[in-house]
Amino acid sequence: MIRLDHVDKTYRTRRGDPVHALDDITLDVGENEFVTLVGPSGCGKSTLLKLVAGLTPATGGAISIRGQAVREPFPDVGFVFQQPVLLPWRSVFDNVLFSVEMLGLDPRQYRKQAGDLLELTGLGGFETKYPRELSGGMQQRVAICRALLPDPSLLLMDEPFGALDAMTREEMSLELLRIWEERRKTILFVTHSIPEAILLADRVVVMTPRPGRIARVLPVELPRPRTMDLEFDPRFKTASDEVRRLIFAPRMATR
Amino acid sequence: MMRRRIVAEYVVPALTLVAALALWEAATYAFKIPRFIMPAPSAILGEGWEWRYRFIHHTWVTLYETLGGFALSIAVGVPLAVLIVYSPALRSALYPLIVLTQSVPKIAIAPVLLLVVGHGEFPKVIVAFLVAFFPVVVDTATGLAATPPELLDLSRSYRASAFKTFLKVRLPMALPFVFAGAKVAITLSVIGAVVGEFVGSDAGLGYVILSATSYWKTELAFSSMILLSVMAILLFGAVSLVERLTCPWLAPAGEE
Repeated sequence: MIRLDHVDKTYRTRRGDPVHALDDITLDVGENEFVTLVGPSGCGKSTLLKLVAGLTPATGGAISIRGQAVREPFPDVGFVFQQPVLLPWRSVFDNVLFSVEMLGLDPRQYRKQAGDLLELTGLGGFETKYPRELSGGMQQRVAICRALLPDPSLLLMDEPFGALDAMTREEMSLELLRIWEERRKTILFVTHSIPEAILLADRVVVMTPRPGRIARVLPVELPRPRTMDLEFDPRFKTASDEVRRLIFAPRMATR
Repeated sequence: MMRRRIVAEYVVPALTLVAALALWEAATYAFKIPRFIMPAPSAILGEGWEWRYRFIHHTWVTLYETLGGFALSIAVGVPLAVLIVYSPALRSALYPLIVLTQSVPKIAIAPVLLLVVGHGEFPKVIVAFLVAFFPVVVDTATGLAATPPELLDLSRSYRASAFKTFLKVRLPMALPFVFAGAKVAITLSVIGAVVGEFVGSDAGLGYVILSATSYWKTELAFSSMILLSVMAILLFGAVSLVERLTCPWLAPAGEE
């Protein structure tokens, strides 16, 4: 579905210094595939998501979605960020409708689906609350509903559970998998957490920083549906050891 | 619990005020302070009561000037902030000018302005506006610039127009900041109107203070000042009320 062909990205900081964020990224993501990007800070994971969404142009190489070159923002996409960034003046329900409104669709035709999504994510009964009345995990669920409402074929998630506590985080990962089983779509998911990357993904893209490069793309051979018990599966441990080795080995070598 | 809060929030300050007034009253008698230097509270109230009908007119004039200046500061300040935030060229063109208008002491502009615009209430409205618009511009601009970049990315990824993003995201996001500026602006407008009246006028509470002091009628000056403060407090309260009505999502301070 997504094809990145020798993609390169250099941007300038406010002071004018060039930063080589991504170097020679080549990656194919299949239809309805769940791909996680894992790596330390500064490896250009978030930049990669922005490139795919067409929010910022690549400085080299080519990006295409379903054979079409990405030149401008690609609207068939849902974005979820580390912060829920909800609109504080809108109720939970109206926050979910925000995406279809901004897309220029008629929000009245999405009221039923919005309600269903809130129900699906366990937010039934919270429709009229303001975001500040919800916990961090619940706010992030609203952000996910907002992204899912126009039913995009591509979901870009930039460390969506990074600001949550460890317990909520595990719960949300499993919930995301459950939603994904029900409404299949292509997901690109950026994370710092190696277990999270493995638990969720069909394939894990391991990246190294400065400049951001793909160290290895690891297929995850674990059965679905997945549960937390998989962490005790020897294959899980093998995979996470491999990811850890790929991330930390080049650092050790330079020391 | 509730009763203790009422005592702490209302009864204690009220008692302090009454005690201070009583002390003041007693001191003026005990030390035989001349009334034109420091009149007793009772004398101030008496004089104010005497003037109650004339005060209606003067209060109205000052209120009118204040509200005019305030309305102008919002009507000019908010669009100006939008221009500054959206256009880097206008920002570099306008911002230094705006800061410049702020660095000139308003009391120094007032006489010149009255010379140019003439007498009547309008020049006072202009002075009030000049004093009040700066916080509106700065706070609104800060609020518009404070939109989380993720929300802007989100709007852009949905291909929403800049105008739609402004109306649905940036402006409401900036609203609490606009109100913060408006609350400062309303109190500054009162000051601006009075400064304008000091420079040259024949009506308004500022005019009453000025003419009262030149006739050694300190009681009258004090009662005008009290009226001015009450007016400023009520206006501030009105802006806060409008804020609470338009931004119900903001928790009132201290409720949570």
